[in-house]
Amino acid sequence: MAMRARDIDTKITRRSFLATSAGAGLVMGLGVVLPGCSREQAVDEMAADGASLSFSPAVWFEVDGNGKVLVNIAKAEMGQHVGTALARIVADELGANWDDVSIDHVDSDPKWGYMVTGGSWSVFTSFTMLSQAGAAGRTILRDAGAALLGASPDDATVENGMVSANGESVSFAEIVRRGDISRTFSDEELGAMPVKAPSERTLIGKPTQALDVPAKSGGDAQYGIDAELDGMVFAHPLIPPTRYGSTIRSIDDTAAKDIRGYIQTLALEDPSEVLQGWAVVIAENYPAAMKAARAVEVDWEAGPTAAVSEADLIAEGQRLVTDKTTGVLAVDDGDVGAAQENAADTHTATYTTSTALHFTLEPANALVEFRDGKCHIHSGNQWQSLILPTLATALQMEETDIVIHQYYLGGGFGRRLWGDPMIPAALAAKELGRPVKLVFQRADDSRFDCCRSASVAQFDASFDADGNLTGIEHALAAGWPTLAMAPGFMPDAVDGNGKYDPFATNGADHWYTLANHRVRSINNDLAQRTFLPGWLRAVGPGWITWGVESFMDELANKAGQDPIDFRLAMLDAAGKNAGAAPNSVGGAKRLAAVLEDVRERSGWGRELPDNEGMGVAVTYGQERNMPTWIACVAHVAVDPGSGKVTARKIWQTIDCGTVVHPDGAMAQAEGATLWGVSLALHEGASFANGEVSQRNLDAYTPLRMADVPELDIRFVESTEFPTGLGEPPLIAVPPAIGNAVFAATGNRVRDLPIRL
Amino acid sequence: MIEFQLNGQAVTSESEDDTPLLWVIRDELKLKGTKFGCGIAMCGVCTVHVDGVAMRSCITPVSVAAGKSITTIEGLESAAGKALMKAWVDEQVPQCGYCQPGQIMQAANLLANTPNPTDEEITTAMNGVLCRCMAYPRIRKAIKAAASGGEA
Repeated sequence: MAMRARDIDTKITRRSFLATSAGAGLVMGLGVVLPGCSREQAVDEMAADGASLSFSPAVWFEVDGNGKVLVNIAKAEMGQHVGTALARIVADELGANWDDVSIDHVDSDPKWGYMVTGGSWSVFTSFTMLSQAGAAGRTILRDAGAALLGASPDDATVENGMVSANGESVSFAEIVRRGDISRTFSDEELGAMPVKAPSERTLIGKPTQALDVPAKSGGDAQYGIDAELDGMVFAHPLIPPTRYGSTIRSIDDTAAKDIRGYIQTLALEDPSEVLQGWAVVIAENYPAAMKAARAVEVDWEAGPTAAVSEADLIAEGQRLVTDKTTGVLAVDDGDVGAAQENAADTHTATYTTSTALHFTLEPANALVEFRDGKCHIHSGNQWQSLILPTLATALQMEETDIVIHQYYLGGGFGRRLWGDPMIPAALAAKELGRPVKLVFQRADDSRFDCCRSASVAQFDASFDADGNLTGIEHALAAGWPTLAMAPGFMPDAVDGNGKYDPFATNGADHWYTLANHRVRSINNDLAQRTFLPGWLRAVGPGWITWGVESFMDELANKAGQDPIDFRLAMLDAAGKNAGAAPNSVGGAKRLAAVLEDVRERSGWGRELPDNEGMGVAVTYGQERNMPTWIACVAHVAVDPGSGKVTARKIWQTIDCGTVVHPDGAMAQAEGATLWGVSLALHEGASFANGEVSQRNLDAYTPLRMADVPELDIRFVESTEFPTGLGEPPLIAVPPAIGNAVFAATGNRVRDLPIRL
Repeated sequence: MIEFQLNGQAVTSESEDDTPLLWVIRDELKLKGTKFGCGIAMCGVCTVHVDGVAMRSCITPVSVAAGKSITTIEGLESAAGKALMKAWVDEQVPQCGYCQPGQIMQAANLLANTPNPTDEEITTAMNGVLCRCMAYPRIRKAIKAAASGGEA
């Protein structure tokens, strides 16, 4: 059974809601009822240990005797201001005064349940749970407040941290100090907890400033790289020439011994086998570690992929997409075979994307200390629940004895979904018996990145005698991150021939109505053996939609139709594209609506100067179950001499349902849009000799201020269920730019990044 | 032993002469606001002021600081610097925030020399500081807000 966003949601909501008066505060736990811990025990534990707030069910929020509301955030903060959004959901339902609300990013204690920050899931998977938790808290405070006022709860209102009835008010602070606030709700009661109608909301959808911004505007924000412990030593990685299968023949540190502060070089044995052929230089300070790392000579026996190049990866992808015996079917609607046999005409195209790096500006790092039988890891991380079992294997200790302490992430973008940089720090700390701070230099960060795999896609379209599109076969091959790191998330193929990586296939199962549509998803085994494929912002849709939406443009052009009209005709919300409550109400009609909006706003179809053009593309975001409806128009200029493509302006219309934190949402949309421009025109890496060649900014060149086009981004006002936002606005940008290049020049670009 | 002023205080570094100033500031003198990004002066997140001039501390040996006055984000107290930090909050500039100390230090140097920069002057001054979250439109807006705020 595959796990998707909705399953995570379900797992999280299988809790009971507990509230009690404890010490001087009201604590409200939406606790995971842990194995061996009944709800009654959990309540007892809360009551007994409430003063320290360290009982085992998670305390999602608490109100203290001064009326201050603390919301615990189990999601990683990496630029999306997630804590602000989640706290706004709680505080709105609770009826809190926003000025009294603060947040805390918590460690990896099992009481927080399954911990992952990715997939643009945070608001989507938390919204119902946090709304109901806030509403339950409001119910308790209302009832207790009404009692204090001698009024009926039915006559009481809750607003701005006050409960009012019959012209009198009592504050949350006073209710917590004097009221009767012990209460337990069952799953059923919590699930049935009425939440506010959208029109009653006071915080959700209203302007606010993000809680993390002040610390980030004055140098005070603490990132993992800023963590320190007494007595720590520094570690610098010595990374083998291949990700897999390298072994160390010998280490010669003679030249390092003269470096002041150099301590030793450790070859690492990793029982989890994530690290193969690794060593680390240990020194008293980081500059000494950097110097020593240059001086230490390691003789490696390289693994079997030491000669692999980008061209090899692409060639393997091309072989796989053309060999119809490979891969498994993720979509098989109608009868593509029959459509092809009966075709009066066909059209085929192959699209590629090259390797791309995460290049988080905060390099990979981890600080690890063993203390009192526990392993404490200080490192910003997106998926604690994924790395903990691997750490347990690597360290030969119980998962429950490992604690990951969270920090701000200096960029995540999916790199920190996999906490593998913690492993060498932990192994070294274990061996040395003292805290170890491991910091990667930039080139090593790039070499050890779980980069976005190169990909190849082939599209075969068939037409009837009248030129009508009768079917599309889409074969796509890439390295599969989920196969490598989280195979339990892989669903069964529709043809029963195995499983596939949904995060390397999403984007292909689009919302266009096609009578005959087949998607064959194929793992590029050479990629899989050569490097660790990663989840890069927007993941599968980020590269797959490049082909899907560029090919749609080809088909529109072949049909002699306007690319927007051509798409709208297929966005009819028929059959499986009708949508369903609550996530995809309206289905493909909402995609059509944003497309019509962006057509209007961009002045689509107007005359442009020579060598300029406009292109369009659409996306449904990260997954069909959580559609974010976006249409994009790009206006580009192409220098006829150099072939340089300049993005002039990007329009996007975005429908992600309810927007919780409008300015934060806009910031994510701006950043993701520019990521799309960057991946289309500025970023691209290549493998040579089994490794990424472009390792620093002299060769890997993300978009800079001078490259920023004008942006015109609009959110659709909606009260539908909130879907994902951090990644989706990236997706349609590269194909919109590619289609604009075609409009400007007549050249169809099929390889990303675009190089004319 | 190298002596210099750090944010107005006399400090001493025991590090070797060729140690990058960045690590002396971060690890020896314990001011963590200045960040490590690329190590080759191409991302700008390590930007500090050396006698009022923006420099990339990741490639600046500590010996260069001898006898000089170094300012980091923690000690940025000029009128322009304060206006920038306020504008950064007003315009909600930071996303992950990791590059922002470098952005602000670079912008403060720009405003010190060019109190009312044009768009082109902003681009020229700021192009060397990478923002991986690509918050560039807001960085530009905040610099303009700080510049006009200083003028008023």
